[in-house]
Amino acid sequence: MLEQQLLNALTLGSVYALFALGFTLVFGVLAVINLSHGAVFMVGSYAALALVTHFDAPLWLAILGAMLISGTIGLLVDVLILKPLRARNAPHLIPMIATIGVGIMLTSAAQGMFGAEVLRFPEETLPAGEFIVGNVHVRALELAIVAIAFILMAVLFTLIKRTQLGRALRAIAESPKAAWLLGINVEGLFHVTSFVAAALGGVAGVLIGLDFNAITPQMGQPILHKGIAVIILGGMGDIRGALIGGLFLGFAEVISKAYLSSQMGDAVAFGLLFLILLVRPSGLFGRKLERKA
Amino acid sequence: MSDPTLLSIRNVGKHFGGLHVLQDVSFEVPAGSIYGLIGPNGAGKTTVFNLVTGLLEPSNGTIEFMGNSLVGLPPQRITHRGIARTFQNIRIFKEMSLLENVMVGMHDHLNYSPAAIFFNTGACRSAEKRARERAFELLSWVGLEHKSDMLADNLSYGDQRKLEFARALATEPKLLLLDEPVAGMNPSEKTILMEEIRNIRDRGYGVFMIEHDMRFVMGLCDRIAVLNFGRIIAEGTPDEVRNNPDVIEAYLGKEDEA
Repeated sequence: MLEQQLLNALTLGSVYALFALGFTLVFGVLAVINLSHGAVFMVGSYAALALVTHFDAPLWLAILGAMLISGTIGLLVDVLILKPLRARNAPHLIPMIATIGVGIMLTSAAQGMFGAEVLRFPEETLPAGEFIVGNVHVRALELAIVAIAFILMAVLFTLIKRTQLGRALRAIAESPKAAWLLGINVEGLFHVTSFVAAALGGVAGVLIGLDFNAITPQMGQPILHKGIAVIILGGMGDIRGALIGGLFLGFAEVISKAYLSSQMGDAVAFGLLFLILLVRPSGLFGRKLERKA
Repeated sequence: MSDPTLLSIRNVGKHFGGLHVLQDVSFEVPAGSIYGLIGPNGAGKTTVFNLVTGLLEPSNGTIEFMGNSLVGLPPQRITHRGIARTFQNIRIFKEMSLLENVMVGMHDHLNYSPAAIFFNTGACRSAEKRARERAFELLSWVGLEHKSDMLADNLSYGDQRKLEFARALATEPKLLLLDEPVAGMNPSEKTILMEEIRNIRDRGYGVFMIEHDMRFVMGLCDRIAVLNFGRIIAEGTPDEVRNNPDVIEAYLGKEDEA
């Protein structure tokens, strides 16, 4: 029983981590809390579903397509909305409010195109395998979800830690002005970051859609709240913190649902989070939030 | 001196609304020397740097670097042309190692495709290796090579300054702009830094600095321009400037802070 729950928790937690990673990346590099990230997650889910049902795409291709589509939306949000606001030196709250608007637009658009009812991936498109390890039922789908999430996170970590692109992004996160004056095309990397973050959010949407096999226009809302909680828990802008925070929330949620109360799962998970923040107000890996313009 | 002109500023003015910060500023920074821009607080010195590096655009006048206009270019393009700068309030990347700090400065020269790292291509590995070696070399120029893996946050103030020099030099500039390099330093740190700046010049870089510390400027610069209320009131060798009555009145006359 416990092992089974741990597997569920790992699956859920790795998707939360993937979602939070894109979220925290945008905050770290662009200094914007992008509240359309939940809607982009939802769009990813619908994009994969549409590719599978209307174009008979195999699942792996649908996931790639969903990444591309949600990434493009992220890029457009940056180019059409965030960039003009940056150019006008808009105070921090303005871009955040603007992204709430984007989220509402995307949610309404999805509802208009696909209806408000719950949609599902056709049974035959899901990986069907299931095997038993010890006393744990392992679905091939869950394995695939965990594998995809961790591979993408490993790729992102390698990029950030080991490449010049990553060094440039970390430099921008600390001081965009200094990075600019060292010859870095800061605007260009803002676009790249927005694309990558949204693509990760979109994949997370596909994975959750597959895991629960339920897709609705509103599915971005609860995960947005969880994403905010995770990146605050991990330390704003810290990608390692987003990974650990995401896994933590997944485990807290699943375990409290299983052993405490199925209705109170979220409440317990968020209560725990609140307690941690009382002890460590700037998050697990948080530093004092300071940023030179 | 037959050194060619690196930076040429002609009749430059800058106003913000009705506030004239700079008026009719002209001077030339030659190659292979140390040029100082001094003046009381609020004289407009940092504005000159912001105009040269592209953070601001002049309201009128021309700014040329090696014969090409810089006006209207964004900062990263100006860096690409060969101008690097350090900041009055140090802006090193505190959460990165010293080596990484310097490698960030090599961005223009280290543009392999990020996809290449995953296929671990030879081109990318050798580019990274060369950059690493060059960064190490620059760190040893400023005497920080033994701390290359340390987080920059742990450096002393004077060492942070040196790291900023190394990082600026990593952009392979021809002209290095130093914004109050000795601000907040004790006398022995200042002496070390003076030597460091001379070394940089002797390696063939042009150095253009803003500084408050008169003794430092007079002892180091080959030529000096004096800015007061947004206008150049004197220009010449340290001796010429020191004996200029306008300068004595405007600046040296009330010099008791340095």
